[in-house]
Amino acid sequence: MTATALSKSDSLTAGQLPRWSTPATVVGSIALAVLVTLLLGPFNVGLAAVLAFVIYQVVTYCSSGLVEGPRRATDRLMTGFIIGAFLLALVPLIWVAATTLANGLGRFDLAFFNNSMRNVDGVGGGAVHAIYGTLMITGVATLISVPVGLLTAIYLSEYGRGHLARGITFFVDVMTGIPSIVAGLFAYALMTLLLGPGTVSGFSGSLALSVLMIPVVVRSTEELLRIVPNELREASYALGVPKWRTILRIVLPTAVSGIVAGVILAIARIIGETAPLMVAAGFTQSINMSFFSGPMMTLPTFVYDQYAYRGLPPEAFVDRAWTGALILILIVMALNLIGRLVAKRFAPKSGR
Amino acid sequence: MSKRIEAKNLDIFYGDFKAVEGVSMIIEPRAVTAFIGPSGCGKSTFLRSLNRMHEVIPGASVKGELLLDGEDLYAPAVDPVNVRRQIGMVFQRPNPFPTMSIKENVLAGLKLNNKRISAAEADEVAEEALRGANLWEEVKNRLDLPGSGLSGGQQQRLCIARAIAMRPSVLLMDEPCSALDPISTLAIEDLIGTLKNDYTIVIVTHNMQQAARVSDTTAFFNIAGTGQPGHLIEMDDTKTIFTTPNEKATEDYITGRFG
Repeated sequence: MTATALSKSDSLTAGQLPRWSTPATVVGSIALAVLVTLLLGPFNVGLAAVLAFVIYQVVTYCSSGLVEGPRRATDRLMTGFIIGAFLLALVPLIWVAATTLANGLGRFDLAFFNNSMRNVDGVGGGAVHAIYGTLMITGVATLISVPVGLLTAIYLSEYGRGHLARGITFFVDVMTGIPSIVAGLFAYALMTLLLGPGTVSGFSGSLALSVLMIPVVVRSTEELLRIVPNELREASYALGVPKWRTILRIVLPTAVSGIVAGVILAIARIIGETAPLMVAAGFTQSINMSFFSGPMMTLPTFVYDQYAYRGLPPEAFVDRAWTGALILILIVMALNLIGRLVAKRFAPKSGR
Repeated sequence: MSKRIEAKNLDIFYGDFKAVEGVSMIIEPRAVTAFIGPSGCGKSTFLRSLNRMHEVIPGASVKGELLLDGEDLYAPAVDPVNVRRQIGMVFQRPNPFPTMSIKENVLAGLKLNNKRISAAEADEVAEEALRGANLWEEVKNRLDLPGSGLSGGQQQRLCIARAIAMRPSVLLMDEPCSALDPISTLAIEDLIGTLKNDYTIVIVTHNMQQAARVSDTTAFFNIAGTGQPGHLIEMDDTKTIFTTPNEKATEDYITGRFG
């Protein structure tokens, strides 16, 4: 009687694996994988991980298929793949962060923030010239790109139609795909035409970065302005508010949290650019307070310079490169945190 | 404060498409005029042309005359922004500004038009508008909370308060109750009854009982078929329209034989 009830398709109950089965399978498959790997030869973490994953998937699918039926078994199999992909994506992220932290902390001291590389040969020295350069060049690039990008996005989403708007959209898309070195060469060539050959400066670097940043700002802002409900625009027009003020006071504030997040992402995207800055801003070992003349160092070019042109002792140069990279990561992290706080501060309130 | 609207042979176009043809009517001040008719018959389009809101859609245009107390709303020198300051509008779905508090929403029309008003004056205007929209008692203790936290019916009354804070001469309502439950609908209908003492009110509704309950005059719009322009079939006292209409089409529509 019970057997027929279970096999009937309209039964509401189904077999279930006990709650401890998943953790047990995880532990079991890892242990088995480690054992097999050790038997095969010298221990290899990557091989063990792949093996553990395969064992877990096979065991789970079979046991679940026997006890719970094919639908739940497929569900568990797919869950396994999804979590596996997530862990795989996490590996390089954690690896890079951990390695940079481990190697970068060695020179993460006061001297690093107090000294440039001027007259430094070997140990000691710091990256204050590069930190200053990165903040200046990225800051000015942001100051150029945000107004241009924001206004272009407003034109595209609120005013533009016809050939002009389609043309701008097309060229913005093309700009998104410009290789960064080309942007650097563009800024270099422009400065050469205007001020003579061989001109490198912080400003030239900012121009190169703006070429890369503007399309990112335009695309993200345009998307956000388009999802502001039309009803809000109409409500504002119906109150006799002119279009420009509707955009300024209703549309932009409604989208501001997303726009800020988009700008922060765009900054994070350009702050690590190396190639265009090598061309446009050049290399120097000392801090350059003049933004419009002379080469200006940035953190990415500093890291490259320290690593590529090692002196004696080479460890001192490699250590400085790691610390430069660590500071760059910390700046991007700080930017993301600030972006989140600002976005939260300005987000439309739900009130419930 | 309340003004009279007169349309003379008005055609409304979206690009080359003629949406409404040959509408002539007089909308009396201090009264409620209801527009009824099947979907797509042009009643909303006509309503939106009354404060030039249909121009928000690119390519929209109008032929004929539309007079507000004798002044042509479509004369070349007329700025649509000024028209909308005089003729307020409430939409089908409540649309309070999500970035603003209840009080800021009510004062939005003044603030967004850069009127400088003192804090005391602002409080006064907000209270008056909210009382006028019959919402004051429900929100007086949470004026600084976001407007989006209110219920749908309260949000719609907030939108009415926002519209009347501008002290318009005409108030247009485009199916103001279609997204609301019966109790909120009743609250809004009561409110319309009070507001008509001060304003010219035009309301589009799909609910014929509502038209019969709230309006003094009813206009019936109809459409011959898809792709054809909408026409004004008949306009008369609400009682006449709902008891002894002149046109067969009107009678068919209100008795539910079509539409």
